[in-house]
Amino acid sequence: MTLTKRLHDWLTIPMLVSFAILGTLPLWVEAVGLYQYLGLEILIWMIFALGFNLLLGYTGLPSFGHGAFIGIGAYAFGLTQFNVAENLWVCLIGAVLVTAAFGGLTALFLSHRKGIYFALMSIAFGQIYFFIASQWTSVTKGEDGLLNIARLPVELGVTRLQIDSTPALYYFCFVVYVFCVLLLWRLVNSPYGKVLRAIKQNDQRVAFLGYNVVLYRWSVFTLSTAVAGLAGGLFAMAQQGAYVQIMSLQWSGIVVLMTLMGGGFVSFWGPVLGVALYFAARDLLGAHTEAWALWFGLLFMALMMFKPTGLAGICHDINARLSRKPVQPGPALSESVR
Amino acid sequence: MALFETHHLHKRFGDQVVLEDITLRFEENRLSGIMGPNGAGKTTCFNVLTGRYKPDRGKVLFAGEEITGLPPRRIARKGIARSFQTMNLFDEYTALDNVVLALPRVRERGFDMLHNLSANGDARDEAAAVLSRIGLRGHEYSRAGDLSYGQRRALEIGIAVAAEPRLLFLDEPTAGLGTEATVALAELIQELRRTITIVVIEHDMKFLFGLADHIFVIHWGQVIAEGSPDALRTNPWVQRSNLGELA
Repeated sequence: MTLTKRLHDWLTIPMLVSFAILGTLPLWVEAVGLYQYLGLEILIWMIFALGFNLLLGYTGLPSFGHGAFIGIGAYAFGLTQFNVAENLWVCLIGAVLVTAAFGGLTALFLSHRKGIYFALMSIAFGQIYFFIASQWTSVTKGEDGLLNIARLPVELGVTRLQIDSTPALYYFCFVVYVFCVLLLWRLVNSPYGKVLRAIKQNDQRVAFLGYNVVLYRWSVFTLSTAVAGLAGGLFAMAQQGAYVQIMSLQWSGIVVLMTLMGGGFVSFWGPVLGVALYFAARDLLGAHTEAWALWFGLLFMALMMFKPTGLAGICHDINARLSRKPVQPGPALSESVR
Repeated sequence: MALFETHHLHKRFGDQVVLEDITLRFEENRLSGIMGPNGAGKTTCFNVLTGRYKPDRGKVLFAGEEITGLPPRRIARKGIARSFQTMNLFDEYTALDNVVLALPRVRERGFDMLHNLSANGDARDEAAAVLSRIGLRGHEYSRAGDLSYGQRRALEIGIAVAAEPRLLFLDEPTAGLGTEATVALAELIQELRRTITIVVIEHDMKFLFGLADHIFVIHWGQVIAEGSPDALRTNPWVQRSNLGELA
């Protein structure tokens, strides 16, 4: 295999575009009337939504209680920092492992289900975790949340980088984002990713080909929650606290909405576009009207009615038109997700 | 010893007995058939044999090993593949990707999360060879959902063949096919039977009588007759169930 081909397997043009835009965001975000912290929120939610899309877009599993896991990640990060070690890597690994453990446990109950039953049970579990977090005040501090979570320095052995400022934390999150994108891109184009998409299309046939569909569903759910845990850890640092609101049904719904509007069903980049759209709408529309959510809701409805493939679908159409090719969903999803 | 046998299988749904005391033997390197009128229990029988339903009573043996009640994935891994009466393809994937996924070498690497499957030339070459064998050369990169009905039927069989089975169950492979496509399918099955033991469920009696070495006739959930096509044509039970005339 040539070096170019090998490089193309790891890096794609949309990937480089996203790295370029997000990598320079702190330099121009204020010039367009926005603020530095928004970039942090966007990056963290992009990581969360990319992980979430493994379930919704790739495996066809509508998890409507996924907000619980970003919250668990945030609490796990804070509790590890307060009780185990004030080390960034230990806290992040703690957030990922604890959230994945909760995810794995939840998936034991969900992975035999699909469709509406999966959706309802995911809501039920999300609500269970939400109520545990809000009632178990001795650990989570209830409605007040865990306060004073520090933005820990990045220990690199020979040196230590302080990330207490928002732009510094942003660049740390950006590095995590790049790492997640590269890893998830490999994953969705691997044999594992291929099986996930096959399960979404026809789980019965996959089982008759000798694959353990339940094990795949369990593993992808756990993996998705691990990514949510990582996002949760970063969110705890961004907010310098961990709060129960993030675990509510409302935020679980928002990540679904972001993923659908962005076009998670047809593109790897759907969640990234959806998150950018949501936060841009919240801050740009919100500057003009308090009813921004109403307008955003109407936009969601319009997109789902007239372009259910979302922003990514629109991008595919434009790309096809520019290259004067007929608009086709093929030749394979593996191509269209690029 | 038969490659695949069942002993006294029973299956009921609620108070309806669908299969009653079904005993079958499929010999290796032969093409066996199961026929019967609509609602006779043929497809339910197939579903019990391939693990979709668990039998209420009875035994299923494959190569001497009991596989009664095993889930489909474990039965598939033992070397039994099946096609479906209603199309069961991965419509968003290309024909090539449909077949790639069925290859045992890809299945064994199913949890590989890091390597790019598109770059696996060996698997793609192998899948392309399967497509060529089933007459779909040139359609490797067509979406399965965009293929014609006959091509989709062939792909349905191709996916099962790609799994390198010892035993292949084909459920009503001619369903919905025109005369020309049926002839092409018969040729394909003739070619496949040289290397794979095949069992076909079919309502098209001429098709089945032209291909099979041994046929079981199922009616009212029971085996009412069995034998070679010639023997069955004159069988009084078969005549009485109107299947003889059709044949």
